[in-house]
Amino acid sequence: MNDQPVNERIESEINDQDVVLFMKGNPMFPQCGFSAATVQALSMAGVKFGSVDVLQDAELREGIKEFSSWPTIPQLYVKGEFVGGCDIVREMYETGELQEMLREKGVELQESPDE
Amino acid sequence: MAMDIAEIERLIKEGIPDAKVEIQDLRGDGDHYAAFVTSAEFEGLNRVKQHQLVYAALQGKMGTDLHALALQTSVPG
Repeated sequence: MNDQPVNERIESEINDQDVVLFMKGNPMFPQCGFSAATVQALSMAGVKFGSVDVLQDAELREGIKEFSSWPTIPQLYVKGEFVGGCDIVREMYETGELQEMLREKGVELQESPDE
Repeated sequence: MAMDIAEIERLIKEGIPDAKVEIQDLRGDGDHYAAFVTSAEFEGLNRVKQHQLVYAALQGKMGTDLHALALQTSVPG
């Protein structure tokens, strides 16, 4: 276990990585359909992202909801800023806003194979 | 624990009185819903803030009683 207050741990996660997804499971083995759908949208957008599995840590699982004022998991942070959950990320991917926002923030995207 | 459509709609309209709410039961299991909410209160707010207004109206039920509510918000056009 970790003695560091949960908010500090969240802050270091979102500041240490440009793009980080708080999710259930990991990108290879998501443990929830919403986490899986969000991973898929990020992958299609061609962005490299870090992930935090909240199922490994009950304190973090509750802490992130309070930290973001957001009741559900997954939650996406880009450059320390909360972007949204599954619905928002998917909608932004579909409209192209996600890719645009990532580029604006200086996050590198890989061309997706079908482009 | 599941919630029915009428209850979800009632809570959203209580919290956001001018809201136009359309809810679909995605799987017919009373547990996976999609909601489309239109309200002038969303004007000028980003998506996160719009969704937070809806979650606030649901009084903490989102993520607990209400497992799955896919949400789409918009401003009346």
